Amino acid sequence: MHRKTILQAREDLKQKKYSAVELTEAVYQRIDDVESKVQAYIHLTKKQALEQAREADRRLSAAEEAPLLGIPIALKDLICMQETRTTCASQILDQFISPYDATVVKRLKGAGAVIVGKTNMDEFAMGSSTESAWHHPSMNPWNLERVPGGSSGGSAAAVAANECIGALGSDTGGSIRQPANFSGVTGLKPTYGRVSRFGLIAFASSLDQIGPMTKTVADSALLMNVISGKDPLDSTSADVERPDFMKSLERSVSGLKLGVPKEYFTSGIDPEVEHSVQEAIKTLESLGMEKVEVSLPHLEYAVATYYVIACAEASTNLSRYDGVKYGYRSEKNDNLLDMYMNTREEGFGEEVKRRIMLGTFVLSSGYYDAYYLKGQKVRTLIKQDFENAFQESDVIVAPNAPITAFKLKERVNDPLKMYLSDIYTISANLAGIPGMSVPCGISKSDGMPIGVQLMSKHFDEESLIAVGHRFQQATDHHLRQPPL
Amino acid sequence: MSGKFNIDNIAQLARLKLTDAEKERLGGHLEQIIEYIDQLNRLDTEDVEPTSHVLPIHNVFREDEVSQSGATPDYLTGSPSHQKGHYEVPKII
Repeated sequence: MHRKTILQAREDLKQKKYSAVELTEAVYQRIDDVESKVQAYIHLTKKQALEQAREADRRLSAAEEAPLLGIPIALKDLICMQETRTTCASQILDQFISPYDATVVKRLKGAGAVIVGKTNMDEFAMGSSTESAWHHPSMNPWNLERVPGGSSGGSAAAVAANECIGALGSDTGGSIRQPANFSGVTGLKPTYGRVSRFGLIAFASSLDQIGPMTKTVADSALLMNVISGKDPLDSTSADVERPDFMKSLERSVSGLKLGVPKEYFTSGIDPEVEHSVQEAIKTLESLGMEKVEVSLPHLEYAVATYYVIACAEASTNLSRYDGVKYGYRSEKNDNLLDMYMNTREEGFGEEVKRRIMLGTFVLSSGYYDAYYLKGQKVRTLIKQDFENAFQESDVIVAPNAPITAFKLKERVNDPLKMYLSDIYTISANLAGIPGMSVPCGISKSDGMPIGVQLMSKHFDEESLIAVGHRFQQATDHHLRQPPL
Repeated sequence: MSGKFNIDNIAQLARLKLTDAEKERLGGHLEQIIEYIDQLNRLDTEDVEPTSHVLPIHNVFREDEVSQSGATPDYLTGSPSHQKGHYEVPKII
C-alpha cells in the first residue's frame, strides 16, 4: 500500500480496496521498518494523522469528493502546522509550536489530506545535503552512505523510501529539484507567487516557493491544484487564475519547442549525468518536441548572485530569532544585548551563521552598492536571459545538478564546493520561473538516480506538467525503487 | 582577499557572539566566498536596473475591516519568558 502514488491510492480508497486508516497505518508501518536507516523525519504526527484518516474514512463513506481525501502527505519542517512543532531543523526553533496553519496546510487539510509528519531539512533550508540539520542528517534511500540532497532532503527521502504517499518541500535555490534529482523522485518548484508563503518560515523572501515532491508528475499536478492560488495573507502571492493542472496531463506536447541551453553542457558536468540528460532530450524529441539551441550566457554568475541576494535576505529574516518571542534563549543573559548574541551564537548552526555573516556583510555600510546592488543588477541580466530564451522556446531542458548524490561528509568542509552543486537550479529562482525535476536514469558508476530539469515561463507550470507527464508515460525511470 | 572583511564588526552587526575558533574558520570561508562573488565585477552593469522582485507588484490595499486574529496567549506560549501578557527580557540599561 505504501508504494502507491497519490492517484492510485485515491482510486483505491474510492473503490474501498482499503480504508484511509489502513493506508495511514501501512505508511507508519513502513516508517517503522526503514526510518532508522533513512531518518527522513524530524518528528511524526501520528495521533493527528490517525484522527484525520478516520475523518477521511467518514467522508469517503458519505461519498464526499475532495482531491486528497485520506492521502498521507509529509511536510518539510519549515511549514507551520497548528499545535505542532515546526523546528526548521534548528536548535533555535526546536521547541517552537506553531499557533496557526500555513495556508498550504489549511488547503491540504481542506482537501482531506492526512499529515504524516514533518520532514528533515538543512537548518533553515540552508544547504544542499540535509547535513546542516541540527537533529540528525538524512540518508539517501538509494545508498545510505550518500546524502538525499537538500535542503528538502527529508521530503525527497520520505517519498523515495515510500514513507509517505507525497510530500511538500520548499525551493529557494534548488531545494526541491536537487533532492528530487538525488533521490529519484519528481519535484516541482512553482513560479514565484503561485503558492502562498504564509506560514512558510522565511529564508529568502524573494526566492522561496513551496512545491510538491511526489512519485509521479501526475501526483504533482494534483497537489498543485490544491496548494496554488492567491492568498490574502501573502501579499506576494500572485493574483492569477489557477488552471486545472490535471488537464495538462491530457495535453499533447507535439510541436512544442524544447530549448537546450548550451551553457549547461560545458565543463564540470559528470559524463554519465550528461549522457542521461541527452537521452532524455532524445525521448522528448521522439514525442514530437522540436529541439532548438538557446543561450543563457550569465549562468556562470548565478551562484555568486544567488549567495549575495539569498544571504542578504536571510540575514534580515533571521534577525527575529533573538530569544524574545519564541524559541531558544541562552542561559547567559545578564543584559539584553548579551542575551541576543549568546542566544544566536548557541542556537544557530555553522552554515546558518556563515550565511547570516555573509548577508550582513553585503548589506553593510560601504559594501551595499558593491555587493547587494550589484547582485540585484546581475539578477536582472539572468532574468533577461530567460526572457530571451523563451522567445525561441516553450520549455527549457537542462541537467538539475552536475553530479549524482555525493557521500555524507564529503562536502561539508568546503562550503563553496557545496554551493556550486546548485549551479543549474539557482537561475530559475533568480528569474522566478517554474522548474521541475524528473527522474531520467541511474548512473552506471555509482547506481544513483539522475534527473532532468524542465523550466518554463512565469505561470506556465502547465507546460512542465504536460512535458514531464508525457516523458513519464514514455519511460520507466520514475518507477524504479531504491533497494531498501 | 582584500581585508575588506572585519569579522568582529560583522559579527557584532549580526548579533553573533562567535568564538575565536569560529572567527578563524568562518572568516576563512567567507574570504573565499567573497572572492568568488567578486567575479560579478567582470560584468558591466552601469545601465542595468536592479531586480528586487521578479513579478510586477503593487501596493496592496484592502478594505479596513475588523477580522479575527490569533489570541495573544497563543503567541506568548512560544516565548521563553513572559509575564502578565508581555514578553520578558533581561534588563536593557
